[in-house]
Amino acid sequence: MNHDVEIEQELVKHNSRRWFFRECGVGLGSMALLSLLKDDSVAQTAAGKNPMAPRQPHFKPRAKRVIYLFHSGGPSQLDLFDYKPSLVKYNGKPVPKEFTKGIDYAFIRPDAGLYASEFKFARHGQSGAELSEAWTHLPKVADQITIIRSMMTDAINHAPGQVLMQTGSIQFGRPSFGAWVTYGLGSESQDLPAFVVLSSGGGTSGGAANWGAGFLPTLYQGVPFQRTGPPILSLSNPRGVTREMQRRSLDTLKELNEHHLGVTGDPETATRINAYEMAFRMQDSGPDLMDLSKESKATLEMYGVEQGKASYATNCLLARRLLERGVRFVQLNHEAWDHHSEVAKGVRSQMRQTDQATTALILDLKQRGLLDDTIVIWGGEFGRTPMVESDPDANRSLGRDHHNKAFSIFVAGGGFKPGVTLGETDEFGFNVAEDPVHVHDLHATLLQLLGFDHSKLTYRYQGRDFRLTDVHGLVIDKLLA
Amino acid sequence: MWQRPVKILLVLAGGAMLSLFSVFGAASSGPQSRVDFQREVEPIFAAHCYKCHGGVKASGQLKLDSRTTALRGGISGAVIVPGSSARSRLMHRLRGEGGEQRMPLGGTPLTSRQIDLIARWIDEGAVWPGGEKEKEIPRHWAFVAPSRPDLPAVNNKAWPINPIDRFVLSRIEKSGLAPSPEAEKTTLLRRLSIDLTGLPPSLKEIDDFLADNSSGAWERQIDRLLRSPHYGERWGRWWLDAARYADTNGFEKDLPRSIWPYRDWVIKAFNQDMPFDQFTIEQLAGDLLPNPTLDQLVATGFLRNSMLNQEGGVDPEQFRVEGLIDRVDALGNAFLGLTIKCAQCHNHKFDPIKQTEYYQVYAFLNSDDEPEIEVPDEKIVRKREEIEAAVTKLEDELIADTPDLKQRLAIWEQQMAYDDSQWTPLTDTEIHAIFGVKFERLPDGSFLARGDNATANNYQIKARTKLKNITGFRIEYLTSPNLPRTGPGRDFDGKFYVTEFIVDASPIGAPDQITRVDLQSPTVDYERPDFPVANVIDGNQKTHWSSDAGPGRRNQDRKMAFVAVRPVGYAGGTEFSFQLMQKSNEQIRTPQPNIGRFRISVTTSDKPSADPLPAAVRSILAIPAAQRTDVQQREVFSFYRTTVKEWAETNRKIEDLLNEWPYGVTTLALMPRQWPRETRVFRRGDWKRPGEAVTANTPSFLPPFPSDAPRNRLGLAQWIIDKKNPLTARVIVNRIWQQYFGEGLVSTPEDFGLRCDPPSNAGLLDWLAVEFMESGWSIKHMHRLIAKSAVYRQSSRVTPELLDKDPTNNLLARAPRLRVEAETVRDIALTASGLLSRKIGGPSVYPPIPDGVLSLGYGSAMPWPTATGEDRYRRGMYTFWKRNVPYPSMLVFDQPIGDFSCTRRLRSNTPLQALTTLNDQTFVEFAQGLALRVWKEGGSTDQEKMIYAFRLCVGRPPDAIELQKLIELLNDQKPLFDGNTAKSVYVSSSDLTRLPEGVDLHRIAPWAMVARVLLNMDETMTKE
Repeated sequence: MNHDVEIEQELVKHNSRRWFFRECGVGLGSMALLSLLKDDSVAQTAAGKNPMAPRQPHFKPRAKRVIYLFHSGGPSQLDLFDYKPSLVKYNGKPVPKEFTKGIDYAFIRPDAGLYASEFKFARHGQSGAELSEAWTHLPKVADQITIIRSMMTDAINHAPGQVLMQTGSIQFGRPSFGAWVTYGLGSESQDLPAFVVLSSGGGTSGGAANWGAGFLPTLYQGVPFQRTGPPILSLSNPRGVTREMQRRSLDTLKELNEHHLGVTGDPETATRINAYEMAFRMQDSGPDLMDLSKESKATLEMYGVEQGKASYATNCLLARRLLERGVRFVQLNHEAWDHHSEVAKGVRSQMRQTDQATTALILDLKQRGLLDDTIVIWGGEFGRTPMVESDPDANRSLGRDHHNKAFSIFVAGGGFKPGVTLGETDEFGFNVAEDPVHVHDLHATLLQLLGFDHSKLTYRYQGRDFRLTDVHGLVIDKLLA
Repeated sequence: MWQRPVKILLVLAGGAMLSLFSVFGAASSGPQSRVDFQREVEPIFAAHCYKCHGGVKASGQLKLDSRTTALRGGISGAVIVPGSSARSRLMHRLRGEGGEQRMPLGGTPLTSRQIDLIARWIDEGAVWPGGEKEKEIPRHWAFVAPSRPDLPAVNNKAWPINPIDRFVLSRIEKSGLAPSPEAEKTTLLRRLSIDLTGLPPSLKEIDDFLADNSSGAWERQIDRLLRSPHYGERWGRWWLDAARYADTNGFEKDLPRSIWPYRDWVIKAFNQDMPFDQFTIEQLAGDLLPNPTLDQLVATGFLRNSMLNQEGGVDPEQFRVEGLIDRVDALGNAFLGLTIKCAQCHNHKFDPIKQTEYYQVYAFLNSDDEPEIEVPDEKIVRKREEIEAAVTKLEDELIADTPDLKQRLAIWEQQMAYDDSQWTPLTDTEIHAIFGVKFERLPDGSFLARGDNATANNYQIKARTKLKNITGFRIEYLTSPNLPRTGPGRDFDGKFYVTEFIVDASPIGAPDQITRVDLQSPTVDYERPDFPVANVIDGNQKTHWSSDAGPGRRNQDRKMAFVAVRPVGYAGGTEFSFQLMQKSNEQIRTPQPNIGRFRISVTTSDKPSADPLPAAVRSILAIPAAQRTDVQQREVFSFYRTTVKEWAETNRKIEDLLNEWPYGVTTLALMPRQWPRETRVFRRGDWKRPGEAVTANTPSFLPPFPSDAPRNRLGLAQWIIDKKNPLTARVIVNRIWQQYFGEGLVSTPEDFGLRCDPPSNAGLLDWLAVEFMESGWSIKHMHRLIAKSAVYRQSSRVTPELLDKDPTNNLLARAPRLRVEAETVRDIALTASGLLSRKIGGPSVYPPIPDGVLSLGYGSAMPWPTATGEDRYRRGMYTFWKRNVPYPSMLVFDQPIGDFSCTRRLRSNTPLQALTTLNDQTFVEFAQGLALRVWKEGGSTDQEKMIYAFRLCVGRPPDAIELQKLIELLNDQKPLFDGNTAKSVYVSSSDLTRLPEGVDLHRIAPWAMVARVLLNMDETMTKE
């Protein structure tokens, strides 16, 4: 602390400079630029090149931002959303062959026995949404959410499944949903990344591809926040360097760069000057973002946040704070649902960690008037089998294997029709019986709400206009308010 | 604002028309001039119509990409009536008149200007150059082999140094501009050093060049840098982008792989200036060359850089197919500039590539094994030779001491007689394993384990047979090129353990009547006293048999046989359920010592037993003794001696020697598979929906496959570098050009197809392509040409005039000014700091990585043994590259991830980059290194030191203003550290346990602050 006082005194010398910065802020960069170049076109080129400037989508959007609660690993829809009385009736019996035709499994034999959920189901709210008793908090927002029980995907392994869910393709190398949204809408934030990735649970199978930019310019990729300490890599000054020292260094750097800009005339230098100024602002806004002390006790309790502890609950609260600060897209990864064994126990454990905060997030967004134009998505990359996974050699019992032909997610806000449950699966939950929603259809619908015709949000690469939905995707009108 | 694009036509000797395209020309084509089909109308057709009416698409049977088909019309007749746009249905449709839907269907309508242009073209007679004869495939410029064009005329005769300059100057002059003056010598040398070696010049190199006013000074610098071993690093990295090099397998597990010997091979190839045709052949087919060298095998790693999915439960065939799709893509991207990949699911929408042709190319790559080959270094080779010599000597002594050896061997051979035909391999089988291990069924009835291998396993095999009175069972554990060190096991060494073998039998169709088949009298061809084969049938899962015969001996086929206590075999056939349990007692580790390849056979013979001889020895015994070679005789003897009890002591000595057998590093390579695979078209690209069978061939719109070339990868490579191939040379020179100037002459290096923009300077592209081939495919020759040119030597200053008339520098009336690539950002700072290690090649290294980054990967964070010595300061290209968690400070500067072939890096400019170079630990260390270096070497006064520091970063000295600003900063910082030791230490040094000696850190710290600013200057990370 002593040092800081000392340094503060030192910097009194630079009072005028500090005033200049406080009062003029960012403007200085462009002012200096203009005076140096005396040429509008340079400034225009420099400004026109900002690829993060906010942009209008194709039509008036219902939603402006997204929180994707990515519960990866494969949450068991049969223990959470999709009640199957027949599973209870035929519990332990082998599966009738006609149900499993053409279905691939990762681990189990197709002749494994059926397995009823250990949870009871009940209807909630005015909408009568059917949820398992594993959820103890979510019923409070039963009328705010939209459940899709007829999701389908193409992959039965985690990495390809996650990459498909996040990028629309099983093959790596495509831009993620968050990157597409950022590319399409730009950034509303001056001092935080447009696309932020938060993590609790384990690392995801899809890794960086889940939030990657693929062939889009790399600046559209998600910025993973650290679980502890400063959220963004290299956000803190090196040891021994105070904020004032950093500012002083950046002043000189800026002067040198501006001076050199006068020699080279390269607009890219102007962009770099602005990037350094934004970096400095990020250094201030980062700690402010993470400082939960100004949140009310009621809010903290609603989410179940323990201050100073990294958790799913903290991430949910951070997600809201990020949105409030203009962040476009938050991907909140919680990889914890790969319940090959003891699925009921696993579901209960995950519910203790996530149910309350998930519910609180929806309530909180609603209270603050943010839910109307914010999309919240809760879901994984696929679901789990109606059959039991059991293998003494592998120490597995009462589990469920990966299942891609039918699974459930829910969405909320941002123009989705609340209180709706869409889709039916067959008697045992193997296949979708009504209102199928493929991953591509979900993407098309999400883009629609964000103001995009999914077939027109494209990027030219390798001679082809690529899009999130590739050559697929149907907007599911039944989901729209 | 109102200037229209001007396009200039160049008529080539061959008759092909190439359009030279100028974005911001000054002249304007007046209203009187006739519409030119190729430069004005065809691009409109290509952009808006070919999607449905071009290439292999002919909606309504109309194709607009050749004169014949366009004039013939579609289902409802002619659409173009030459001379009358009013009567041409094309115009009605484009305008949406007459009650029919407007074209393009579902697309943006053409602008009125475009429609008027087409109408005028029809009214003027719909002239369609290119002859009257049918040409189903449009003669797209890139699909016609380049010929050397004449040099264009220029007014300024003094400026051009070589032909490159004539082509560029011609365009500059036509636009009314003039080239920029030559850059300062210091700028030039820094530019050249970064371009050729990726490193900035030393101050001495700059001073030497400044002092050298003799003629040829510049050329000598070019030659010096091309001789530098760092040249291979810089341009090797250029190629590694296209080769999608990475140090892990990707997907969920993202396990480390060893393929850096391929990276080093690339560096070496560039340093030797290996001709590009040879470079191509060795990478695609080094293994198919006669007597390939180890280097040529290593080169095939190019294709192996595909990702590999080892997630539990995957179908390995699915991801083998994914890997091949990636290889076809890499081939198209890196060598041909073709988006072949787009024809995986359907015919290519724009280019004339049919879906069947996609799979014909795929077929070239479909029949390979995927070995990890060993790349022993000299030390290992020497050690092995020593061991072999010592063993030979000991064996020679035995031979010398055994005068009756010949007779003994003859008797022994008789005793060893064995009838292998007693065994019948089980082929009506299915297999299941826990934890999602899956198997490839090979044509010989064996199973090859693929996919996940993280857990000790239990393979469960069901097999049906009609044989009765089955008396015994045999398991063969087989080697395969696809296993680590050829297996037969799957751990790093190819080891495996077997804990239990359990057999149950039931009559076919009556699974309820299952009974256990008791086993006895196990035999095996290798047994260690500590892990006897009896353990396999002792009912105890805590004991096992081990295949580990020690280094150099463990990787061979093994056989194990059991006798049924009571013969089995039901009248209507028998279904066996085998369990092959492999619970090792060792700690759980990846990869596990599970069985990699095996086959089960049964017999009805009297006394079933395993052949005690290794397969290699058995096959030699089949040759009459007199006809065996010395090597064969030695091999027989080497096995025989192990069976002779009185030689136990010598045998033990030999075992001790062999236990020292060293192993080298491995690398991923390719070799042809014993059983070629059939290739089928996948309907809609779905590997589960195979369609018609195809054989290997190249796309028909390109020159035919050479008649004398073999139909394998070697032939494919020969076709790629055939001088008649119109793409390869153009694609490569374009990417070389792109590396220098920021943008290629074709701005889409990955796509030379119909949808790419015309080259900015088509004549230059073709001239360079022909020159490249005629130089013997010498890449260094191309560097010399480019670096010598006046174009390259221009100043990069962006004058207001240039910014106004040519903001994207399309004309190259100035040199480009570009932020350097990710690795070079690091390398420049490292060089300035004086910390750089100039070591070339070797395993990838682990410089400091921010805390928490690795936990973003799946599972437990991979070990990252942060380097403390020299490896902490290696060039960026050697940083361990983990696909799922790419090294953040390089990813942020746009280093490609390596999940697909990348031929064009993007160049972003973001706040996260600023945070990285300001605050990342590695860059902070570089600043500290620079400060210390400046303090020690930079002279006596602050001013001298400051000039020195500045020069280390950018080459040139600071001007008066810059110097003043920096001195002000230094002086401002100094008092902060006076008397503040803790702060001084923190700011000046990263490792508190190893503080620099002999310096006062209170004095260093202010310099560390200044150094950080210098390393962050725009100019420091820019090639000017």
